[in-house]
Amino acid sequence: MEMIEEAPQIEVRNLTMAYGSKVIMKDLNFSIEKGEIFAIMGGSGCGKSTLLRHLIGLNEPARGEVLYHGESFTRAPQDRRAQIMRGFGVLYQSGALWSALTLAENVAMPLEEYTDLRASEIAELVRYKLALVGLSGFESYYPADISGGMKKRAAFARAMALDPEVLFFDEPSAGLDPITSRRLDELIVQISESMDRTVVLVTHELASLLSIAKRAIFLDVTTKTQAVIGDPRELKERSDLPQVREFLNRGDGPVPCSS
Amino acid sequence: MAHDCPSRSVKESPVSLKWTDTEEGRLLCISGPWTLQQARPDSEEVFGGLAGLAAGARLELDTQGVSAYDASLVSLLFAVVRKARERGLEVDYRARSQEGVSRLLQLALCVPEDKSRAERERERDFFSRVGEATIEKYDAFLDVMHFVGEAVLSVGRLLRGRAIFRKQDLWTTVQGCGSEALPIVSLISVLIGMIFAFVGKAQLDAFGASIYVADLVAIAMVREMGCVMTAIIMSGRTGAAFAAQIGSMKVNQEVDALVTFGFKPFDFLVLPRMLALILMLPLLTIYSNIVGIVGGLLVSWLSGIPALVYYHQTVARLDLTQMSLGVIKSVAFGIVIAGAGCLRGMQCGNSSTAVGMATTRAVVTSITAIIVIDSLFAVLFTVLDI
Repeated sequence: MEMIEEAPQIEVRNLTMAYGSKVIMKDLNFSIEKGEIFAIMGGSGCGKSTLLRHLIGLNEPARGEVLYHGESFTRAPQDRRAQIMRGFGVLYQSGALWSALTLAENVAMPLEEYTDLRASEIAELVRYKLALVGLSGFESYYPADISGGMKKRAAFARAMALDPEVLFFDEPSAGLDPITSRRLDELIVQISESMDRTVVLVTHELASLLSIAKRAIFLDVTTKTQAVIGDPRELKERSDLPQVREFLNRGDGPVPCSS
Repeated sequence: MAHDCPSRSVKESPVSLKWTDTEEGRLLCISGPWTLQQARPDSEEVFGGLAGLAAGARLELDTQGVSAYDASLVSLLFAVVRKARERGLEVDYRARSQEGVSRLLQLALCVPEDKSRAERERERDFFSRVGEATIEKYDAFLDVMHFVGEAVLSVGRLLRGRAIFRKQDLWTTVQGCGSEALPIVSLISVLIGMIFAFVGKAQLDAFGASIYVADLVAIAMVREMGCVMTAIIMSGRTGAAFAAQIGSMKVNQEVDALVTFGFKPFDFLVLPRMLALILMLPLLTIYSNIVGIVGGLLVSWLSGIPALVYYHQTVARLDLTQMSLGVIKSVAFGIVIAGAGCLRGMQCGNSSTAVGMATTRAVVTSITAIIVIDSLFAVLFTVLDI
């Protein structure tokens, strides 16, 4: 039987990102396979979150395009884009919970609008998703009433609300205690492995980067392009690029300094 | 020959800074307690010590004589090292320095200064400034046009039943810009009615025509003051609130979150607010008209005109056309106030200052627009002879 080669879940072709005339990153080329946990890493301010915004269609590329299953997302008409976007779950760096709604309502709203589930079924799903992130009992709290870490977890639950095909996480474990962040890592792995969902995460957290990401792209702020793509554990030991090794080893040894 | 720092005499100020020439360049000797509480030499004066050194010369720092230090010392040394490096001097701040000082200096000097920003902010000539300002104005105009277009499309979706927003949002906004606005609208309207009655009566008494105060108050309220005052109150109260709500949702990325879930922010945020205000402003205007007339009646009654006479005079003067003018205008005002509030909110930048600016701009835009529209209506009604 002939194997039909499937297009990758996400493909980035010659992507150049810019704010006005200021180029952030140029000539990015990579693809992300279905079911993969893919990390975007690099020094702060190098454009990791901006790349994420390009992948989910909030920013338009200056050049190049983003494809989903071989179909151009960048050039798709509005309605088609909205349709593709419905397959995304996004966790923003700040959480970005809707502040006028309770945690339960935050998770429930996408379900109410996009599914025909009964109210009781939605309530059950919401309780389950909030329990997954350790927020059982906080259903009726408003975002303003809880801590930053809890907001992040609630936003995590909301990102998973529709069981999306691709989950985008911007700094999922920043501001969390080590135990909670470990639990979220485990949750990410389970979602990806047992439910075959694709996960794209931006992170600084070396521990989670090394333990859960199957592949990672390293954005280099000095050359303004991608330095390398690969398994972060291998890159840590054997990358040809000193800046990548240094990043992944937390610059262990004498304090790294160019002067 | 190694150069040592000159020993310090007891009489000198506790903080001391001395330059000594060496074979390869210069040595800066620093001693004494360098703290923020201590007076220290001016940085510019210190830089003077670098004068006359050619590029490639060597500058050494000696801080061994420092008895206590905090940021005041390190910041000065940091500035000196930078200045020296700019002039192409070779700086050695480690060999003769206290370990802590040299490490802090190293950390501060570790990442070179980002020059790209300074370059971006450099002086631009007259023409590029005019050009940029023009483009900015043009973009602002496009923004407004885009917003109007979106509003039309959004209403289209609403009529086809395809606009997604939370019905609850609509009702809370209706409550916020309806019943909750009653106290302030009552107060302002009754006072406006009373003021008109006072002023009008003083003038009309001279002709013995004080009963016509009723006509004056009634016409002024239903044609102009009722709708304009209500609109101004609501632009300060509700229009500003719209801008602040939507603006802070933008800052908090809540609007982005709507987009990624496939919700249209316009339908979700702007539509319910516009609907609520367009629905409530005419009602508030009618209410304001009545309260204003009651205010006029109160003043007239206190100054001797029987309430019933005043009432009959008012009813005889008003007809449906007169009364509908203010209400028609209030629909236009509602669109402008909600539109300005939401537009400024959606345009909001990414900081809390931007939210404040969005709020201010919303109020300024809507009050200006209210007055301009009101005068256009005045011209129109005059032409139509209403």
